[in-house]
Amino acid sequence: MAKKQKPKLAVWKFASCDGCQLSLLDCEDQLLPLTERIDIANFPEASRAVVKGPYDLSLVEGSISTPHDAERIHQVRRASKFLVTIGACATAGGIQALRNFIDVKDFISIVYATPAYIDTLKKSTPIAEHIRVDFELRGCPINKEQLVEVVSAFLQGRKPNVRPHSVCMECKRRGAVCVMVAHGTPCLGPVTHAGCGALCPAYHRGCYGCFGPMETPNTREMSAAWERLGVKQKDLVQIYRSFNAYAEPFYSESRIHESKIHQG
Amino acid sequence: MKAKSIKVDYLARVEGEGGLYIKVKDRQVVGFKLRIFEPPRFFEAFLRGRSFREAPDITARICGICPVAYQMSAVHAMENAFDVKVDGPLRALRRLLYCGEWIESHALHIYMLHAPDFLGYADAIQMARDHGDVVQQGLSLKKAGNELVALVGGREIHPINVRVGGFYKVPGKRELAPMAEKLKRARDVALETVRWTAKLRFPEFERDYLFVAMRHPDEYPFNEGHLVSNHGLDIAARDYEKHFAEEHVEHSHALHSVLRGAGPYFVGPMARYSLNFDRLSPLAQEAARQAGLGPVCRNPFQSIIVRSVETLYACDEALRIIDEYEMPESPAVEVQPRAGSGFGWSEAPRGTLYHRYRLDDQGVILDAKIVPPTSQNQKVIEQDLREFVPERLDLPADKLRWQCEQAIRNYDPCISCSTHFLKLEIDRE
Ligand code: SF4
Repeated sequence: MAKKQKPKLAVWKFASCDGCQLSLLDCEDQLLPLTERIDIANFPEASRAVVKGPYDLSLVEGSISTPHDAERIHQVRRASKFLVTIGACATAGGIQALRNFIDVKDFISIVYATPAYIDTLKKSTPIAEHIRVDFELRGCPINKEQLVEVVSAFLQGRKPNVRPHSVCMECKRRGAVCVMVAHGTPCLGPVTHAGCGALCPAYHRGCYGCFGPMETPNTREMSAAWERLGVKQKDLVQIYRSFNAYAEPFYSESRIHESKIHQG
Repeated sequence: MKAKSIKVDYLARVEGEGGLYIKVKDRQVVGFKLRIFEPPRFFEAFLRGRSFREAPDITARICGICPVAYQMSAVHAMENAFDVKVDGPLRALRRLLYCGEWIESHALHIYMLHAPDFLGYADAIQMARDHGDVVQQGLSLKKAGNELVALVGGREIHPINVRVGGFYKVPGKRELAPMAEKLKRARDVALETVRWTAKLRFPEFERDYLFVAMRHPDEYPFNEGHLVSNHGLDIAARDYEKHFAEEHVEHSHALHSVLRGAGPYFVGPMARYSLNFDRLSPLAQEAARQAGLGPVCRNPFQSIIVRSVETLYACDEALRIIDEYEMPESPAVEVQPRAGSGFGWSEAPRGTLYHRYRLDDQGVILDAKIVPPTSQNQKVIEQDLREFVPERLDLPADKLRWQCEQAIRNYDPCISCSTHFLKLEIDRE
């Protein structure tokens, strides 16, 4: 009897810090057992061996920020049966999407002495702006248990059990004290996508939104609560403008506060 | 002899995206390019206008492999600007956090990225088929490092607990106790790692390097110290840019750091070790000796042993810190921003990481400069290959290519780190 072929996994990198793909290697206990069920066919950070596509499951890290990458992502899509984007760079453009708010030429000349060498797009954009994406996993970085869940769900042919609710809910479930109510610490938990396990509040710190917006967040009410705590308009702009600055609800909300500064 | 070229289109088992191109004629390297095609992310640019408070979290995102290093260099630079001193148990906790990152990052490199080269495997997973116990051992060591980072920092990648002035929350003494048990086991594994790496076969290759690393009066360097070299350099962070410059070198299209008046220099574990052997714990010194290392190591392929010795030291040091730890009264010291410049550095797993910020009186960043270890090592990597390749031209092409890759991986290069600073070569034909 012919041996059944293992499904093939590929990991792709675009503009990113490598942290999300590192999460796969950080699954120290699950890594070797996982390789019995899935063939790691393309993962340059971990292996010099490359197995030809097509790939059954592709994990895509990073955002699209160069003309070359804007083409390469289409090749990746063509070579992949099921494609999952991992992390804030891939799902929202990442911290490097801060360029989307200004003229990128100014950025280039700050960092590089000879700007002519730099070939870059005006914007850093999420993968889903370029190709069809089958599933998006959030976080900067992603949570490795959620990553294992996504891969296991794929192997079992079911939907990943990744909840779309807020960090606030995770915090309540964890039984943590609300930093906003108890200490008056501004916290983005009510509008931020769950997945971290309410880490910052557990460390007495307000959530800074590294998992990006939850589904239909009430950012207007969130900002009003922050304003009641004395947070200024310019700081509100910045709080929405970090690792998920280009995710729609955060993007629009930061624009609102920016225009308020200009109105004086 | 005909011209011959060695091409590695996509360097594997390094962090980030890079390629290598070497052209050889008459047994001489006539063309050399370490190509970096990692897209630029412009960190120094968008740090402008952000609050000093955000610098540790934002700069961490330059590199998912060594975020603690970025956080540490950032907080030191800010504290330097505001004349804040973080001492006692808070300082010790930072060191403890850093130990975790060294263990995790070194174990990753030793077992998953570097060892497969020595044993002829494409990766650690294939290596695990024949050397399952060894890979398991490496993973357990890596896990201990990650657990330590997560305990002090909140999570292993981009920890959330670091801030200018200290931490958001500090652990009680009792919370650290279970970690000590795990670290004792990790220390045994690290000792075994030194022995195991010492038995690998190393190409005969030594060079008289200019080593640069931090040095502290009584500790092996993590967060504090002067920058010294084996040729008499001894400077404080604020003088870094007076002594070091970036040069644009032909064939490479990348900026290379040089020590003014002396040229290329070497940062990272081998430099740190060779300049600070006397600061290692007795256990680490003894293990190094038994592994056949002298107090100075000049064979970059043996950096795998040096990393193991440093990993052993980091376990030992973490245990010492936990043992002496008393929970501080407050998780952070108060910080009052003021206008001025701040300079900071620390020893990232891959070498010295320098940060400099200019700030206004509200603590808003006016400009930033970050020099990561990999951009400092590029010139040395190139020199290594220029010497390494001509003597091995008779090897089959595939083997030579692999050995060149291995020579680059000696430096554990982190290309994600170096790109916000590197020029990219764009072929427009
Ligand atoms: S989302 Fe964050 S952790 Fe993931 S690759 Fe991007 S910067 Fe790194």
